[in-house]
Amino acid sequence: MSLHILNTILTLSISGIIAAIFLFLVARKFTVKEDIRISQLEKILPGANCGGCGYSGCRAFAEACLKANDLNNLNCPVGGQDIMSNVAAFLGVKMVEKYRYLAVVRCSGSKANCREKNIYDGAESCAIANNLYFGETECYYGCLKLGDCVKACPYDAIHLDTESGLPVISDKTCKACGACVEACPRNIIELRKVAKNNRRVYVSCVNHDKGGIARKICTAACIGCGKCVKECKFDAITIQNFVAYIDPEKCKLCRKCVAVCPTGAIREEGFISIKNYAKRQETDKKKSSQPITNVA
Amino acid sequence: MFFRKLKTFSKGGVHPLGKKVTQNKSIQTLPPPEKISLILKQHLGAPAIPVVEINERVKVGQLVARNNGYVSANIHSSVSGRVDKIEDVLDISGYKTKAITISAEGDDWDESIDRSPDVKHDFNLNSIEILKKIQDAGIVGLGGATFPSHVKLAIPFSKFANILILNGVECEPCLTSDHRLMIEKGEEILVGAKILMRAVHAHKTLIGIENNKPDAIKHLETLAKKYENIKVYALKAKYPQGSEKQLVKALIDKEIPNKGLPIDVHTIVDNVGTAFAVYEAVQKNKPLIERVVTVTGKYVKHPCNFLARIGTPIEHLVQAVGGLPENTGKIVMGGPMMGKSLSSLNYYVTKATNGLLVIPAEDSKREKVRECIRCAKCVSVCPVGLEPYKLMTLVERSQYDDIVEEKIDYCLECGSCSFVCPSYRPLLDYIRLGKSVIKKKTA
Repeated sequence: MSLHILNTILTLSISGIIAAIFLFLVARKFTVKEDIRISQLEKILPGANCGGCGYSGCRAFAEACLKANDLNNLNCPVGGQDIMSNVAAFLGVKMVEKYRYLAVVRCSGSKANCREKNIYDGAESCAIANNLYFGETECYYGCLKLGDCVKACPYDAIHLDTESGLPVISDKTCKACGACVEACPRNIIELRKVAKNNRRVYVSCVNHDKGGIARKICTAACIGCGKCVKECKFDAITIQNFVAYIDPEKCKLCRKCVAVCPTGAIREEGFISIKNYAKRQETDKKKSSQPITNVA
Repeated sequence: MFFRKLKTFSKGGVHPLGKKVTQNKSIQTLPPPEKISLILKQHLGAPAIPVVEINERVKVGQLVARNNGYVSANIHSSVSGRVDKIEDVLDISGYKTKAITISAEGDDWDESIDRSPDVKHDFNLNSIEILKKIQDAGIVGLGGATFPSHVKLAIPFSKFANILILNGVECEPCLTSDHRLMIEKGEEILVGAKILMRAVHAHKTLIGIENNKPDAIKHLETLAKKYENIKVYALKAKYPQGSEKQLVKALIDKEIPNKGLPIDVHTIVDNVGTAFAVYEAVQKNKPLIERVVTVTGKYVKHPCNFLARIGTPIEHLVQAVGGLPENTGKIVMGGPMMGKSLSSLNYYVTKATNGLLVIPAEDSKREKVRECIRCAKCVSVCPVGLEPYKLMTLVERSQYDDIVEEKIDYCLECGSCSFVCPSYRPLLDYIRLGKSVIKKKTA
């Protein structure tokens, strides 16, 4: 009886040892050598896997960073400057100054500006409505107000304004990953380079109709009048298909175009409005009684 | 008890209840409107090219736009008068499309058109001559797909057709345009069938009619006795039997392969309306300038079937039935199952318009969408055996590779799934979206 037990134990342990040696050799032979720095770099990155950088996820981006010699064409929009400086420090390369980008909604067709002509009560999705017909208002180019961008945003940075019905993008939470740009069936949302304090000036309309028609449809439409083009000293504004576009690279944020726009289609955001500016000047005067010389 | 089993297609299908109020109302000729707009793209294929100039005088039946290429159709003026403008009008989706607007003056018909009411039985044209006449008359499939008929009837050399199927099913509730046409123009339809048979060299015609139209079945059966190779079949009333593939399955029990055509099982399917148009084109030299349109609705004062000129404004049709009822919520062009609701009344009768449905506000709203309870009702009614609930979820999650594997391109867009869903889920809307995304990706 005891011999039986001994036999069993011996056979099992010998076969176990053989299998262990075999597995060890196999593991040796087929081992995958991986750069440890990839996982280390991945830990530095935000780990959102949003794809905003153009790679399939944070790990793919880390691999791309390691392969590249400099960080010229690489940027994590979610992490921004802080994370990228960490990445640069880790890799021992020079940090490249990158501008911040923000998503802007280029439509002013709120319920007050752009009248509704019919009622849509189908499935709540912009893509479906866009497939089906031109929308509740007469504008073929404007926002459908059904919130595909809200559903697409992984950071919960977009909400539909109850009064105007248009999507509002929060400056603080938007990481410029571009999910909303892809989700919008009418290509209204644009990722725009912003200056310090998220300052930006942009044309909030994409209507390609002639001025008269666009104005009839929506009171806040860009009519392609060209006043802003004449006013701009930096040649930053171009008009194509009856709609103006401000080049963020050339725009110096002087905001003269905002003042001359007859329909109010050009928007300035991130600035202290002129009213507030005057107020602040007054309070500052009271405080220090010294005139302010430099204008921000 | 003797019980004859009615023919029908095997899988899925629903039977929507919809009173056919207008089934006993005879077809009335609608007086020509003051102004018509002929949309240049009212058929499948390339839009037609205008051949008239502004301020030119035209007669009824005169060619105003010629076909642009082979897969395209001619368009003829349906009134006599002066060409007003060739400009953009809004199409059914509200997007701009080119149209010829003609203001009517008098009713001056082209001399070549035979307007006598008597039926002409004899013809001695060969297949090519018939096809030429059909192409010149601008005839398209009047069942709703508006595919140019001369393209469908020109059979490629490698294939042949021995059976012609005439589609008198009209499975959409509420519509009665084909029904009335079969009763009032039965003789003409059968002559049209004979012409079509010669055009495609078929030796047999089967006419499929659902058994909720017993008067039409009886009428055509008595008429068909004179013709030895035309047979009328009663079919079980089931939606979507009017679809080509389902009708072929029901009548001759053969399956058309996916992306295939009825010609793959040696048949040609045409609507009864098309057969009538072919008769008029070949025997009377009359191009396709009129069609039967049912205008109906719950509170409509005088619902009726009209013989309307193509290009008639919708408003003209609405006025002919006594104006819009006060509580109108929606106006649907086509039947309640597959029709499209209009975004404004600025639209015109096209070759595809078979009905106009005025739906009151209380019935027009969609119910609130609830969660899927996995009852699989949509699966059991799908006539092509898909799983609509799954397709909808996949499209919602943008998993477009998976919907190709789930054979989304088999979908007929019949809407049976959305019709039966107890949670009122917009299944068809999402399937349509998925199909369009795939189309864009492959294009």
